[in-house]
Amino acid sequence: MSLADEAASSALAEVVRDEGRRVLATLIRTTGSVTLAEDAVQEAAIEALRHWPREGVPHNPRAWLTTVARRKAVDVIRRDANRTDKEVSAMDLTGPAPDLPESVVRDDLLRLVFTCCHPSLSVSAQTTLSLNTLCGLSIADCARLLLTTESTMARRLGRTKQKIAVAGIPYRIPSDAELPARLEAVASTAYLLFTAGIAGAEDAVRPELCAEAIRLGRLLVELMPDESSLQGLLALMLLTDARRVTRVDAAGDLVLLADQDRSQWDADLIAEGLRLVEGALRRSRERAGRFELQAAIAACHASAPTYADTDWADIVSLYDALLLVEPTEIVRLNRAVAVGERDGALAGLESLDELTGLDRFHLWHACRGELLVRLGRTEEARSAFEQALACDPPRADGRHLERRIATIPSR
Amino acid sequence: MTQYAALIYTPDTDWTQPSEVDTGKAYAEFGENNAASIRGGAGLHQTSTATTVRVKGGKGGDVVTTDGPFAEAREVLAGFYLLEAADLDEAVGIAAQIPGAWYGAVELRPVLET
Repeated sequence: MSLADEAASSALAEVVRDEGRRVLATLIRTTGSVTLAEDAVQEAAIEALRHWPREGVPHNPRAWLTTVARRKAVDVIRRDANRTDKEVSAMDLTGPAPDLPESVVRDDLLRLVFTCCHPSLSVSAQTTLSLNTLCGLSIADCARLLLTTESTMARRLGRTKQKIAVAGIPYRIPSDAELPARLEAVASTAYLLFTAGIAGAEDAVRPELCAEAIRLGRLLVELMPDESSLQGLLALMLLTDARRVTRVDAAGDLVLLADQDRSQWDADLIAEGLRLVEGALRRSRERAGRFELQAAIAACHASAPTYADTDWADIVSLYDALLLVEPTEIVRLNRAVAVGERDGALAGLESLDELTGLDRFHLWHACRGELLVRLGRTEEARSAFEQALACDPPRADGRHLERRIATIPSR
Repeated sequence: MTQYAALIYTPDTDWTQPSEVDTGKAYAEFGENNAASIRGGAGLHQTSTATTVRVKGGKGGDVVTTDGPFAEAREVLAGFYLLEAADLDEAVGIAAQIPGAWYGAVELRPVLET
């Protein structure tokens, strides 16, 4: 295979994967079975990868995949002797695939999100299923993200899909009365999808997951326009995504916020994010939740002309508010860094040293290292960076730490 | 004549597995031999398919569903209904109206199709 062929076939595989995720949502609706739909879509994807390179990509790849997947589903159902032809037509699988309007595809995806986040599934089951079916992550990738083994992950997925099928968990957008109770899980899932796109497994960024999460975020805001947490969620994702291209350099290495080229940030996304944040904060007032507050912090960063001009006092007070609703060590760590910018490196270091239980976390050591460098305590800084490296950080972070150590003058 | 609920306690079993064919036959045989006495009943899917429903704060309160079977030692089985519903949401809605769910819990387990 030539290089050009390889590039073409990987682009093709990407189309099949992206469209396949949407076709899957539709097939789950028509067949009522996650397992059957997955098998059918997978077989359709294999067909596509066999035919498209020879015959060219069809005019409407999604319609092509939907038609083939429906045919495959019918084959499977007919093979299963318990199903009659009547049942097959009841599933709306016979006849030509209707040309689905965008709104139906959109609703299918939303239904799938609500099914994945059904309250009768445990939180770990919800997360696993969402990553696998919504985000299209492999079982191995899911296991790595959720810090467990592949066999545990495979068992959990199997159990979850079986429960959806036999317990009759419905595949639909809940009624208005049920929506508020289901919101938290759905919003968390959309954000998980987004962070999975940013953190990736080994690659630094997977933009297609971020795009999908933002699409979901828009759908949710449309569905519940009065929910400030959803506006906050969408704003947070837009403001974070606006900085995507500057987060890694040409060599794929991490670039810290202070060093990012702000002229490259996406001004349209930032403007939209800022508008949403404003609305979300006005709606929620003093009851702002974690998404509104995190979005407000992201807004402070996105609207600052330079790193030095950032309104750190505002950011520290937003973190104080965030700590009330999300009292985690990560939030405390971020707050300590902001204190360092507001009150000086020594104050920041003192705040960091007040935190406990973070000595296995590479970012705590790395942040201490940065502040120690500013204080001119280079030997302590070097040892902090070395301790960060010893925590087995993600690859991109590790490379950044190595470069950082190299810039410290030795005695 | 008195009616008795016979509640069967065994290790968690997936009755659809081929390895359970013999047990299934034994149950079928029991059913035939005692058809005159049996008024109803069903096998249940594994506990991994179960959903437990509680109504917080009594009648009309928040309906809380959790994944998995009922697992408290303080409360015991007090009765059962065989419900028919379109999907799990509808079943949860009905279960939340059972008085036991207001101060105890109701476990919903899908019934094996025979």
